[in-house]
Parts: sequence; C-alpha cells; structure tokens
Amino acid sequence: MTEAPWALLAEVTHACPLHCPYCSNPLELVRRRTELTTAEWSRVLAEAADLGVVQAHVSGGEPLLHADLAEIVAAAHAAGIYTQLVTSGLGLEAGRLDELVRAGLDAVQLSVQDSRAEGSDRIAGRPSFAAKERAAGVIRRAGLPFGLNVVLHRHNLDHIAEIIELGVRWGADRIELANTQFYGWALRNRTALLPTREQLESAKDTVVTWRERLGGRPELIWVVPDYYEGVAKPCMGGWGARSITVGPDGAALPCPAAYALPDLSPPNVRDHSLAWIWARSAAFNAYRGTAWMPTPCRECPRREIDFGGCRCQAYALTGDAARTDPACALSPDHRLVRDPATTASRGGPEQNLTYRRPARNG
Amino acid sequence: MPAESPGWRPSLARSIVLRHDRVRDADLLLMPERAVLLNVEAGHILRLCDGHRTVAEIVAHLAETFPGAPVAEDVPEFLDRVRGEGWVR
Ligand code: SF4
Ligand code: SF4
Repeated sequence: MTEAPWALLAEVTHACPLHCPYCSNPLELVRRRTELTTAEWSRVLAEAADLGVVQAHVSGGEPLLHADLAEIVAAAHAAGIYTQLVTSGLGLEAGRLDELVRAGLDAVQLSVQDSRAEGSDRIAGRPSFAAKERAAGVIRRAGLPFGLNVVLHRHNLDHIAEIIELGVRWGADRIELANTQFYGWALRNRTALLPTREQLESAKDTVVTWRERLGGRPELIWVVPDYYEGVAKPCMGGWGARSITVGPDGAALPCPAAYALPDLSPPNVRDHSLAWIWARSAAFNAYRGTAWMPTPCRECPRREIDFGGCRCQAYALTGDAARTDPACALSPDHRLVRDPATTASRGGPEQNLTYRRPARNG
Repeated sequence: MPAESPGWRPSLARSIVLRHDRVRDADLLLMPERAVLLNVEAGHILRLCDGHRTVAEIVAHLAETFPGAPVAEDVPEFLDRVRGEGWVR
C-alpha cells in the first residue's frame, strides 16, 4: 500500500511582482483566469487532510496576490493542517498578516535575494529589498516563526556572511541557504548562475563557522548544490512518497518542477479526488519505488536512499526522465553536469540574466 | 534550568503545534519545516507541558496514570532532551 503523504505545496497563483531568473515556477506560467476558486482550494485542503497531509506551504508566485488567501488559510487550519506562508514579502502589511494569523496561519517564510538592496533588487528584477525589510519587521512583531530563504548562486555566494548577518538582524528563526537547482528558469540561466567550486567551498566553511558562533539560533540550513558533489539528491524524499504539489489551475504533481515533464499528463483536482491522484494516477506512480529504475540505479545500494535522484533534472539534461540523475557520478551522463561545472570553475563565460516573465492577467 | 529545578513549568515552544494525527493514529509535533512522529509516552508527557504544571506535577500526574512506570527518572530526562531540541521551553 502507498504510504500517506505528509505535505502539500499549494501554488495558489503563479502571478508575482518579482522576476527571479531561477524561479521554480514552470516556464509556461498558469494564467489567472484558469486558477482554482477558493471553494475548490477548500475542498482540496480538506481532502489532503483526510489523506494524511499535516503541513501546507501556501506559495506561488506570490500568494499575497490572491484576494481570498485568508479563506484558503482558514480552510487549511480548519482541516488541522500546519500552514506556512511562502512569500516575497511584497504586500505583507501588518493588517494583511494579522488577517492571516486570525485565519490560523502558523509560520512565514520570506525570501530575499542578496544581503544588500542593490544585489537583491538586481536578481529580483525590480526594487523590492526595502519592502522585504519592512515585511521582516511585520513578521517579527506578529511573533510568528520566521524563516528567511535565500537562493544561492554565483552572484551572492561570496556574500554569505553578510546574508547570515542580515538574517540575524531581521530576527529570523531559521535561515535557509538554498543552492540553486538547475531546472526550468534556472537552467536557462545556468551559465550566469553556476558558481565556481571555490565559491562553494568557501561559503560552506563560512556556514560551519557561523553555525558554531550562533549556537543554533537562528538555525542555518545549507541546501547542498548538486553540480559539484557527484551525488544525486533524493527528490522530495522519493517520487510520490511524501508530498503533493497542486498548481494554480489544479494540476497535481509529485514535485513543483514536474510540470516540465512532457509525457506526465498531470491529473487535475478538478477531475479526480486527491486520494485517487495520490494512490492511483499514472503520474504519481510513474517513478514510485524502484521498479522503474535503469542501470546503474537498479543495482545500486543507494537506490532507496536517493531514489535515483531528480527525474526533472534527468529529463532536462538527457531528454529522458527515466534515466539516472546526471548529478550522480555513476550516471553515464555525468559529464552533462561535470562539464558546465568545470567551465564555470575556470571563470566561465558571462551570460546576461533571462528574467522570469510576469504571468499575464487574463 | 535543568529539569530538576523546581520552578520550571515546561511549555511547548511558540513555533510548535502538538496534535493527534487520525490518519497515522499517533501524536505529532508540527513545526515550520518538520513533522515529528511521537511515541505514546512522549505524547502523554508533552500534552502535560502547558506552562502551568511543574516537572514534579507532571511526574506525579503520570505516576498516577501509569502506576509502576519509571516516570520519576524518565520524564525529567526526556524533558531535558526535548528542551535541547528547542521544542519545549
Ligand atoms: S522565485 Fe522570485 S519570481 Fe519566482 S515566485 Fe518566488 S519571488 Fe516570485
Ligand atoms: S546510481 Fe542511482 S541510486 Fe546509485 S547513487 Fe547514483 S543516482 Fe543514486
């Protein structure tokens, strides 16, 4: 029997005021007019709780652009789900957060793009650092658990100490230092974003030093990069093992990057119950367990540890989602990550950033 | 303050929610990026951490509910450990 899912990532809209060149939303952003209604979200959250989901990340795009966000949060809360808002901070005024807290919001994760306004605004594609700083104050005054998320790449890894200091100054309880994962928008910008090995080594050392100095407050989370380690990452704890992503239009996926898999035909919560989607749909079963695995994963002792790595990365780099993740040194396609990493470490060519296009209204 | 200190009235940390999970039929601690599945004993102890009871009162309560269990040693030790995790203060 399939084990129950723990978490739901609810992408309530793909609309966002920012344009991060590594955005985890798909290249084809969902239009606002096809978004789920609030009543549909309420049903999905109730079904998720019945299925075993105990945590929801309410995300986007920018979820605050959803007018009925408080109702969605209230539905999650009523279903007994621990709910975290994942926000860029734009639009997070005290009154709005207050409304969400009254609806039952449990925690906030705020993103910032770099340690200073100039660099942060450059990556975000518009002035936003000042608004984020205000949002941090609003979160802290509300007394909510506060996570600060920073995506790391060539242009900000050297500022890691300042980034940590910023998190301390803003009052974060945890600082998530997330090295860029190269699918979707980030893959388009790989040459511009891929760091050198030296940058990564030095940033990692800085994190270790700061972790000792801070003694766990705030907590520092280092999300490892996979282009240099030769080790594949366990995607979401395994395909269809722990988590469900529901997109703005109701498409249900085992992971937010899986929009990009052309043959997956994701089931939609408008057509099926979440229970059926989780247990029975072809999409959630496609790479579940180990039966689908190719060599070398099939014979590998790590196959139940990393589940053969990321399906979306395998597809993006090899054109076949059922191959071993090229991040793994044992993959026959490993040169597809090793070569660009080597080039980047030699200083590499410069590339202009391709910013995420805004989702058009309509 | 170690658990022996008489003044400590343990309560769950602000970021933590303790609830029963009807699907898994177990108590859970929920926090922003984690869910911790509790065994039955841990669930019983943490439910008594309401910020009003002292450690001694929690021990007495459990000794009554579970006569014969080694609560006098186990409970303070457990509370120290979860305080180290930051789940209880
Ligand atoms: S990554 Fe940037 S552009 Fe994408 S949703 Fe988040 S804040 Fe918006
Ligand atoms: S061969 Fe497959 S299972 Fe083995 S370590 Fe590499 S990705 Fe993981």
